[in-house]
Amino acid sequence: MTTTALIALLSHWRRKPGQLATLIIGLGLATALWTSVQAINAEARASYDEASATLGGGSVLVLTARDGRIPLSRWALLRRDGWAASPIIEGEYAIDGARFLLRGVEPLSGLGNGTAIPEDQAIGLAFLTAPGVLLAAPETAELLRAAPESARSSLPPVRVSAAVPRGEIITDIAVAARLLERGDTVDRILVDTRERTGRTPLTELVPALERNTGSANGEVAQLTGSFHLNLTAFGFLSFAVGLFIVYAAIGLAFEQRRATLRTLRALGTPVSSIIAALIIEALALALLAGAIGVILGYVVASALLPGVAATLRGLYGASVAGELAIRPQWWLSGFAIAVLGALAATALSIRRAATLPLLAAAQPRAWAMASARRFVQQAIAALVLLAVAALIPHFFSGIIAGFAMLAALLFGAALILPPALALALRLIQRLARGPIAEWFLADTRQQLPGLSLALMALMLALATNIGVGTMVSSFRLTFEGWLDQRLAAELYVTTRDETQSAQVHEWLEPRTEAVLPIWSAESEIAGRSGEVFGVVDHATYRDNWPLLIATDTAWDEVAAGNGILVNEQAWRSLGLALGDPVRLGTQPSMTLVGVYTDYGNPNAQAIIGLDALLTRYDSEVSRLRYGLRLPPGDTPALAQALRAEFDLPANGVIDQAQVKAFSMSVFERTFAVTAALNVLTLSVAAFAMFASLATLASMRLPQLAPVWALGLSRASLARLELIRAGVLALMTWLIALPTGLLLAWVLLAVVNVEAFGWRLPIHLFPLDWLILAVLAILAAFIAALLPARALIKRPPREFLQIFAQER
Amino acid sequence: MLLTVDRLEKSYGDGAQRQRVLDGVSLTLAAGESLAITGESGSGKSTLLHLIGLLDTPDAGDIALNGEAISALDEAGRAARRRDTVGLVFQQFNLVPSLTVAGNLALQARLAGKHDPAWIDTLATRLGLSGFLTRYPEQLSGGQQQRVAVGRALAARPTLLLADEPTGNLDEATSADVLELMLELCRDAGTALVMATHSASAADQLSRRAHLTRGRLS
Repeated sequence: MTTTALIALLSHWRRKPGQLATLIIGLGLATALWTSVQAINAEARASYDEASATLGGGSVLVLTARDGRIPLSRWALLRRDGWAASPIIEGEYAIDGARFLLRGVEPLSGLGNGTAIPEDQAIGLAFLTAPGVLLAAPETAELLRAAPESARSSLPPVRVSAAVPRGEIITDIAVAARLLERGDTVDRILVDTRERTGRTPLTELVPALERNTGSANGEVAQLTGSFHLNLTAFGFLSFAVGLFIVYAAIGLAFEQRRATLRTLRALGTPVSSIIAALIIEALALALLAGAIGVILGYVVASALLPGVAATLRGLYGASVAGELAIRPQWWLSGFAIAVLGALAATALSIRRAATLPLLAAAQPRAWAMASARRFVQQAIAALVLLAVAALIPHFFSGIIAGFAMLAALLFGAALILPPALALALRLIQRLARGPIAEWFLADTRQQLPGLSLALMALMLALATNIGVGTMVSSFRLTFEGWLDQRLAAELYVTTRDETQSAQVHEWLEPRTEAVLPIWSAESEIAGRSGEVFGVVDHATYRDNWPLLIATDTAWDEVAAGNGILVNEQAWRSLGLALGDPVRLGTQPSMTLVGVYTDYGNPNAQAIIGLDALLTRYDSEVSRLRYGLRLPPGDTPALAQALRAEFDLPANGVIDQAQVKAFSMSVFERTFAVTAALNVLTLSVAAFAMFASLATLASMRLPQLAPVWALGLSRASLARLELIRAGVLALMTWLIALPTGLLLAWVLLAVVNVEAFGWRLPIHLFPLDWLILAVLAILAAFIAALLPARALIKRPPREFLQIFAQER
Repeated sequence: MLLTVDRLEKSYGDGAQRQRVLDGVSLTLAAGESLAITGESGSGKSTLLHLIGLLDTPDAGDIALNGEAISALDEAGRAARRRDTVGLVFQQFNLVPSLTVAGNLALQARLAGKHDPAWIDTLATRLGLSGFLTRYPEQLSGGQQQRVAVGRALAARPTLLLADEPTGNLDEATSADVLELMLELCRDAGTALVMATHSASAADQLSRRAHLTRGRLS
């Protein structure tokens, strides 16, 4: 019986292939955007896990020393006691200007699953015996091989391993110790407590070492977590926009099949069979659309992944493979969300089918009229959501609270749209003069319930576009200004080694206005790993450095070796205030005298006087880079002379413009994904508009026929349909504008602070909004064009049939 | 007795708006018999058919079909009797627009689990629909659509056929044609018929006739 009912219900789609296509495309697009984001996130997580597994994870304890160096004898002690322990040396290794993460492992004591040797590499004698082997990803290997012979001479041969993350090099611990000049110390010792425990507890055997559980790459996962949450939120928003299409299509299909459902019931089909048939139908559609969505999602994710990988590398230093693997977690999640979405969209139809009165007269527009009655409830729900959005920042903090606020704001604004439009139309109607204007406004109000879902989808997409666009443009403007301040030096020089550095420094002194060392050392800053820079006392810093807050004597105190400046992200995450002591590693504290903006850097950073840096860190200081002040016109000549005089690395001399161009290219790449998702969401909304107009057009004849009979031509009616679409799009944009600006504020003042650690000023771009308004109206016109054309072509016979059918 | 209706009452509306549509209606019908219910618009003809057809429930009174009291059945029981025992023909045809003529003809028989292709073929032939089996309802004339509705109602071999103004939407010639076919098929299949109609000439063709005035039979 259910089968017969199902066949009768499904036959509707055979007669309405356009409607079926709308439904499948809507759900497919929604699933595709969701799936693509999930695929990207899954790929990134897999990369983090892979990196984490290389270093040991799960049951592996990570032993570290407070001062950062563990004598090799501690490892020997652990081994002799019976512990499954393996040492790791890790550090940044620069070759020919390119920096790599060099990791030294002890392959014979490598731990179970957490073996440090990638799976595709068998441990051979070559790895263990001199000169050893460097394992690297193909791209990294290429860079290493391209380095000048002089730089490569101290390196062992390079072997390609796809399993090594890009930018990393894995080698035997002895080779790493030599290259990183570590002597008899290591950075970490991994202990697998599940594989083998020793006779003596670790607390007694190595009491001075700190024991950490969990992944060594936890910090990266934590840092990138907010980025992925950001993407997920965008994916969900796109899905929600798509769901509006599905909901509208299923709602319309229910209305069109209301008579069929009633006939089936009259012929004796039980309600349970009809509900079962509707659920089976929804599942079948969901699986079909889900499959299309998952395939489309794979294509979209494949296109976006290189950009995301670049973003994660640029922003967080996290390695993510550039190629997408087909992983069950994302394609299953795609099918799951398609099924859940379809069932959610069908739920109301099922409820209506269950309570459908057997003898009620057929009302083709009952759905629309009922929607109109729901406007009041909808407005109340919207006001509650908007109030929640306003209250969240007063009671909660954190990125989840930020996104909850965004969700409440967006859905509140979406829900209030139809009642607000109805109210506006009612007010305009009072001012209308002339029968056509009056009819037009009244008819628009009557159409509103049928179009409301598409308009809500359009509003969400427009608001997102305005909000995210404002955020990105504000960021770009701030970032450009910040680069101008921060990159005050005309030339930047990187030398090969300290001997060359000293020679270059001496050579430059008489030829420039100032040589500003860019010397730094890795260090913990108030307990967070980061980098400390030393600066000389120079007007370049006093005049240009972008300080957010500072004491009046900040630079004097830095020059005197007493004061410290920290970057905004460290300041916010550590909750510091001016005057607070800031501890650097194990060294005595220094007083916080200022905070500077430091966009694009996920880590803590600090600036102290150069002398203080050298006193505190001495041998750990990297002394390879300089910023040069000189008249801008002299820059090319000096750069040429520098290159001619010294054997500098390929990128050893970079002028300000090059650095800015590079920084801006990283910036643009960072937001390429956001821009792409933005465009896709807007496209989905435009499709929603088209779908709604096209399906409503088929039900509009009874409203249009009397006006046609009274003397309005089909062409005039079609023109009015186009104008209506444009007017509604314009009104929707008017509500989307404040919503989008609020969205931008939340993104800049709440989400960005949590996700990236910095807060940005908001800049307004009215021209962009106007362009978006034109685009929205244009999209509405295009969406209305086909239904309007169909109206013009409609034979008068069909208009007359409306009167013939009226009894 | 196939059908017994005993002091049936039905009202619509609330309070002062409450209107009694049926006021103690009683009637009986033997197997194979046909009964025309006539009366003015609003006299309660359709309501009476809806109650007998288990589409609605009475406020008071009893209905027995094949000796079974059906007025007290629950929703599932009513649906089952509609499916298995009763055939319905409506003034508005109520065909499924997305199913072909063949699909519509077989629909109730399939639902009732009594699908008999040979019988459907016979019905199609006798109703003059053999050449239209792959067409959709919108491609048929009113008379043809009503013939499909008659065929659908008889496809499950019901014991009782209820027809509510079956010719109300048709012209005179087509009405006579459809009515003749319906009566002939009922006679051959031994199906009892209750038909609500405005038309005196249509009513004359049935074996019995009852007139409803303000909810009472005369």
